[in-house]
Amino acid sequence: MAKDKLLDFDKAIELYEPVLGFEVHVELNTKTKMFCGCANAFGQGANTNTCPTCLGLPGGLPQVNKKAIESSIRLGLALGCEIAEKCRFARKQYFYPDLAKDFQTSQYDEPIAFDGSVTVELESGRELTVLIERAHMEEDAGKLTHVGGATGRIQGADYSLVDFNRGGVPLVEIVTKIIEGAEADAPEVGRAYVGAIRDIVRSLGVSNARMEEGNIRCDANVSLRRRGDTKLGTRTETKNVNSLRSVERAVRYEIQRQAAILEAGGTITQETRHWHEDSGTTSAGRPKSDADDYRYFPEPDLVPVAPSREWVEELRATLPEPPAARRTRLREAWGFTKLEFQDVVNGGLLDVVEETVAAGATPADARKWWTGELARIANAQGVAAETLVTPADVAQLSSLVASGELTDRLARQVLEGVVAGEGSPAEVVEKRGLKVVSDDGALIAAIDEALAAQPDVLAKIKDGKVQAAGAVIGAVMKAMKGQADAARVRELVLERAAQ
Amino acid sequence: MSELITLTAAELAAKLASREVSSVDATQAHLDRIAAVDGDVHAFLHVSADAIATANRIDERRAAGEAFGELAGVPVAIKDVLSTKDMPSTSGSKILEGWRPPYDATVVAKLREADLVPLGKTNMDEFAMGSSTEHSAYGPTHNPWDLTRTPGGSGGGSSAAVAAFEAPLALGSDTGGSIRQPAAVTGSVGVKPTYGGVSRYGAIALASSLDQVGPVSRTVLDAGLLHDVIAGHDPFDSTSLTDHWPSMAAAARLGATGDRLKGLKVGVVKELSGENGGFQAGVKQRFDETVAALTAAGAEVVEVAAPSFEYAVAAYYLILPAEASSNLARMDSVRFGLRVNPEEGPVTVERVMSATRDAGFGAEVKRRIILGTYALSAGYYDAYYGSAQKVRTLIQQDFAAAFAQADVLISPAAPTTAFELGSLVNDPLAMYLNDVTTIPANLAGIPGMAIPMGLAPEDGLPVGLQLLAPAREDARLYEVGAAIETLLTDSWGHSLLSQAPLLTEVAR
Amino acid sequence: MSEISTDLVRHLAGLARIDLSDSELESLTGELAQIVDSIAKVSEVATPDVVATSHPIALSNVFREDEVRPSLSVEDALRGAPEREGDRFKVASILDEEQ
Repeated sequence: MAKDKLLDFDKAIELYEPVLGFEVHVELNTKTKMFCGCANAFGQGANTNTCPTCLGLPGGLPQVNKKAIESSIRLGLALGCEIAEKCRFARKQYFYPDLAKDFQTSQYDEPIAFDGSVTVELESGRELTVLIERAHMEEDAGKLTHVGGATGRIQGADYSLVDFNRGGVPLVEIVTKIIEGAEADAPEVGRAYVGAIRDIVRSLGVSNARMEEGNIRCDANVSLRRRGDTKLGTRTETKNVNSLRSVERAVRYEIQRQAAILEAGGTITQETRHWHEDSGTTSAGRPKSDADDYRYFPEPDLVPVAPSREWVEELRATLPEPPAARRTRLREAWGFTKLEFQDVVNGGLLDVVEETVAAGATPADARKWWTGELARIANAQGVAAETLVTPADVAQLSSLVASGELTDRLARQVLEGVVAGEGSPAEVVEKRGLKVVSDDGALIAAIDEALAAQPDVLAKIKDGKVQAAGAVIGAVMKAMKGQADAARVRELVLERAAQ
Repeated sequence: MSELITLTAAELAAKLASREVSSVDATQAHLDRIAAVDGDVHAFLHVSADAIATANRIDERRAAGEAFGELAGVPVAIKDVLSTKDMPSTSGSKILEGWRPPYDATVVAKLREADLVPLGKTNMDEFAMGSSTEHSAYGPTHNPWDLTRTPGGSGGGSSAAVAAFEAPLALGSDTGGSIRQPAAVTGSVGVKPTYGGVSRYGAIALASSLDQVGPVSRTVLDAGLLHDVIAGHDPFDSTSLTDHWPSMAAAARLGATGDRLKGLKVGVVKELSGENGGFQAGVKQRFDETVAALTAAGAEVVEVAAPSFEYAVAAYYLILPAEASSNLARMDSVRFGLRVNPEEGPVTVERVMSATRDAGFGAEVKRRIILGTYALSAGYYDAYYGSAQKVRTLIQQDFAAAFAQADVLISPAAPTTAFELGSLVNDPLAMYLNDVTTIPANLAGIPGMAIPMGLAPEDGLPVGLQLLAPAREDARLYEVGAAIETLLTDSWGHSLLSQAPLLTEVAR
Repeated sequence: MSEISTDLVRHLAGLARIDLSDSELESLTGELAQIVDSIAKVSEVATPDVVATSHPIALSNVFREDEVRPSLSVEDALRGAPEREGDRFKVASILDEEQ
């Protein structure tokens, strides 16, 4: 494959306006498939979850999964969409060995949800509203394995094998309107948009929402419009970009690739393109052509879906707070700066920080522990921070510091104990004997001893050279094995020296 | 020829219930008849190897005192369009040759639950596309009244099996007349239920929005008994109605006893009465006589107009091929059925599919798939499929207006008597016009019934009467159908089928 | 007169995945032209004010609860397969990419 020429990204943006569009497929986590009672489950043997309907046997007929409709309506509502008064399924017809009936039962001109929007927030703090054209229901195809040939890819394979366990699994396809005005942020907009969809889907609980497992799949449409032109350029559709980072990279790559072609006087071919994670490049797939004639028509084996307004409102009442609204609310309530808040969000720590605050910690403390010490340990151990300790542990630790029973330094030692599984912070304090010495008698004895050992220092202090007290304080802290409040020690040192 | 095979299903059921006759004897008598005459008739594509064993189990359970449904132990033939776990289900096509489904169609499961004895699978036009059973990939069925003639189609196997006394009952499927037209030309009874009245799950789909499974028999009562077994809601078929259906057998019994015809408003559909020609003279004659007999019996006969029916055949031949082209896409050589590799060039899955579908489908199936593909193509959809769906609305409106004036509508069930084998097979348009009388009911979803109304004087072949009722009023058809059947058979002094040739029983 | 040409029929046969011979193409072209001419009249009465009927008996909201039903056994699922490898259906290599 010839290597694509790329134009410098900044140069590309200077000359062209990127126009985006996304089609995100969300696999629903219903118990059964979209049109039959076979389990929507993986990991067992091939073709274990199949029946006459999802195998496309002669005589098989579809029956709509009510839960899939509910999930689709809830997802539509969460995307700010209108829910259709009446909609239908249609048959999208093409022959392919993984498509059991040789048509996909999908929605065509009558989607269940339409006209929504999602606001995405970029790292710079810039907000952009992405308009949703539609969210429609459809079914997944079976899984093909290509055997022989060098790569396991379709090209050059000797033959292919089909497993229909995934055939008929419910999907919702979310289609954006064209996204203009993203400009140099276009790659990040792609990542942020798909991330926002993932967050919404996860908050609704309608999908397992793991991109790496294909629960969410993104097709990215990119075209370039020369500055000053009004007409849209020819677009490409990069298929199955399956991580947030890849979405960003793929959009960036297409902008640079298309710009290079256009600058060289070439034209863009309308085609699907494949994303290659390893090389970070896209390659040409099937050209779109007039021969693509899917012969859609209303699925005659199914009747219309006409969700009553009452049902829609009942479902609306089950919606969790939208992720974006929740973030705004929490940031304001906690009084964080945008940057501080972004740290928490980017670390995936929003839930645990919220729970830690709920357990009694101040928002600042909660943030400090989770994004600081705990993030460091988690990073070193290669695990998620929330697996190390509970929000209650962090809240307790934070209150021990606030009450002066622990110093920050001691608290870090206690945290190590908690992470090591020695118990709650209170238990670790107890077991390790890490409590701050707050008994003035013990401190005074140690101070008098230190002053006696350093008469020159005492003289300096008496002369008003207060900064000389540091040496005595150091000695006392050492004698107390660090389990003393340095501020209190300083107070007492000055007091005793004055006597 | 055993007397057991000439009994109606109701009569046989009574003898079985009283244990005067065993199911094994009844089943064996029919198997013997099949062995004797089916070489000539070719109604069956497959004869069950389990029928006697099934019958024997029923006899044993009956001897043990078990209570049964009315048709328990009665043999039944099953159109090959229906999936059967224990028998091949080919829908008359080479592409499904030998295919044994891993499941039973809902109606077949209901037959088994009601303890009927499946005798075998009956011949049909390939994927039910045809009006003569000549489009079967396994050779045509012959009309028992005249072996040189077709038994109608697509369910010619079922109608011929019943008319030739090879089975007292059969299941058929009716997309545009495939139960009623074969019944008409074989002198038997056939009913297309209200759309959604009987499950389509496991019926190899021709046109999803038109297909209905229904009973084929020799009397209205027998059809009612079988209808009662197969009707009812099926959650596996999303277009299945949840209605609670009254007993069709009870309706038939009621109709046969009283003077149900007195005061009955009978509508003669102007567009289906042969007024504008196109109907065989003997068909028209028997129809007019039947109208006269009904009037004499006290019925109030009115003429009703259905102007949109003129467009019914055209709409039908857009909707059917469109839906069929899609339903038959799954015959792709991947999961079941025939696989043919291309003779030359690379063997890719795309080329295997194309070669398989070329080799596996007959000419009529290809014709309709291509037509349907055309009708659904981008740019043609609105003009063709979309317009045809609108014609359905107009036809429903015509029926609504007609049923405002009449309790039932009547017409000849087919424009001619049985035609000669080979006479229309190469003239698709002429073949399509055979369904002119039956198609409107499918487009509108209403129930229809065909019953014998005599023999055409010019050829001595059966002529059928079609009765139509409003949607969900299947019971009305049985009541009125049985009343007319009684009126006619009383006037003849015998049943029509008792006049059928005996057929030479050949020892095989 | 309809616009059914041999090229159109060849294109339709491609969409329908039927490998028609030249003689089949030729005879089908003639037959289809005749049939299309006779059925095109539906558009005469299909005026914009007429609604389309897709199901003869109108129903809506027919749903199934999200409860698992037994699937076929793997052997039953694969019983009719023209070719299999292990528990999967085997097909010749694929030329076209997914849609």
